Amino acid sequence: MRKSDQFLFFTAFNVALFVLMLLHSHHGQAAAHVERQERIKLVRELMLTDLCLFTEARYTRHPSMADLHSPFQDHPLSLEHFPSGSFLSPPTPYAR
Amino acid sequence: MNSPLNRHRNIIDFALSSLLRRKMKNFSLLAVYTLIVFVIASLLFFVHALKREAALLLADAPDMVVQRLMAGRHDLIPVDYAEKIRSIPGVRAVTPRLWGYYYDPVFGANYTLTVPPKPLVEPGNILVGAEVSRNQRVRVGEMVAFRTSDHIPLLLTVKGIYPSASNLVAADLIVMSSEDFQTMFNLPKDRATDLAVTVANPRELTTVAAKIVEAFPDARPILKSEMLRTYDSIFDWRGGMMVVILSAAVLSFVIFAWDKATGLSAEERREIGILKSIGWETADVLYLKFWEGIVISLSAFLLGGLLAYGHVFFFSASLFEHALKGWAVLYPRFKLVPTVDSYHLAVLFFLTVLPYTTATIVPAWLAATADPDAAMRS
Repeated sequence: MRKSDQFLFFTAFNVALFVLMLLHSHHGQAAAHVERQERIKLVRELMLTDLCLFTEARYTRHPSMADLHSPFQDHPLSLEHFPSGSFLSPPTPYAR
Repeated sequence: MNSPLNRHRNIIDFALSSLLRRKMKNFSLLAVYTLIVFVIASLLFFVHALKREAALLLADAPDMVVQRLMAGRHDLIPVDYAEKIRSIPGVRAVTPRLWGYYYDPVFGANYTLTVPPKPLVEPGNILVGAEVSRNQRVRVGEMVAFRTSDHIPLLLTVKGIYPSASNLVAADLIVMSSEDFQTMFNLPKDRATDLAVTVANPRELTTVAAKIVEAFPDARPILKSEMLRTYDSIFDWRGGMMVVILSAAVLSFVIFAWDKATGLSAEERREIGILKSIGWETADVLYLKFWEGIVISLSAFLLGGLLAYGHVFFFSASLFEHALKGWAVLYPRFKLVPTVDSYHLAVLFFLTVLPYTTATIVPAWLAATADPDAAMRS
């Protein structure tokens, strides 16, 4: 087989996988519906406000409930200590 | 047969032979390029799926949470605030919430303790998240010992474990009765952690919030839109870690493009000269370089994208685990629902394939327009 044909087959195969990936993600949304409904029920039942992503500090566990300027909460020079804090932007203060 | 398709097949054949002559250089280039696309695509898939999940789940969060601030920090709120807030026109319900944190000195993990508004367990019993059960090594029916704020052991029976599919919201949760919660923290009966406010008309939320702040200057209302915004800005590109990852990837691209754009090697220049002297047109040379660029960049884009999809949605973004885990002992392992934004894919395609291909063609065009004799002698 010519090298060009090998390359075109390889690319076509990868493009097909890419299309399958898009179909899989579309199908995955439908398949996850039941499990997601369970999570939504839990959020409603327990009145949850945050996702459980980072459990290392209270302001990373519940970022939306955190004190304003949380990383500096102990003293003004207490800079961010927890790695996951660098994934989060500071909470948007309520505009009074 | 001299169709345009056949012409391009011949050029691709030549381009592949040319790339294979510098096998080591081009395979390592493809590997690094694929790695860069993989890292960026993994980040895009992960962040998009997480934001989408947050938006869907938190749509059912309380309309507003009212905290009390004391000396600039969150403090327990008197339950009688609830009565006064309930009397504000437009407020449908006010529910005091009891929740807090418990640090387990034995396992070194932080748990979130919460009391459901409608009792789910009898005093003495708890429901736990999958990661709490794994961390404490307990099963349904077994007992767990906690230490109250007075350092008195409190034995609670595990009545149920939330499935790991709920980890995204419940991995570290311990659901208990209000009696046990009060015993645990010696909490005054007239205090709650905060108040969840339900408003009849969501458009009145800001007005209700303003009235609450007016009535209780020490109150801090947090609207649902703010909770959603918090997760919308999570993994923001300006975040510390994201800047590091993205700048490393962008810098690598710049090095690639710079290496290509600064010119061809003497060998490549001579090759172009020979091709032109045996009758290749400038357009053919440009097609050759175009296909060389496409072979590397398109393959890297496709392979990197596919590997990133597998990494994020089949292996739970395990390569990011150490960065996401931080100092935490309890790390919620969750499987994200696969979701791919075609806009993100298009952006990734235009950011990875086009600059590289262009950077391959431009110096070749400069060499191809030169005199073949001069090119061969250089």
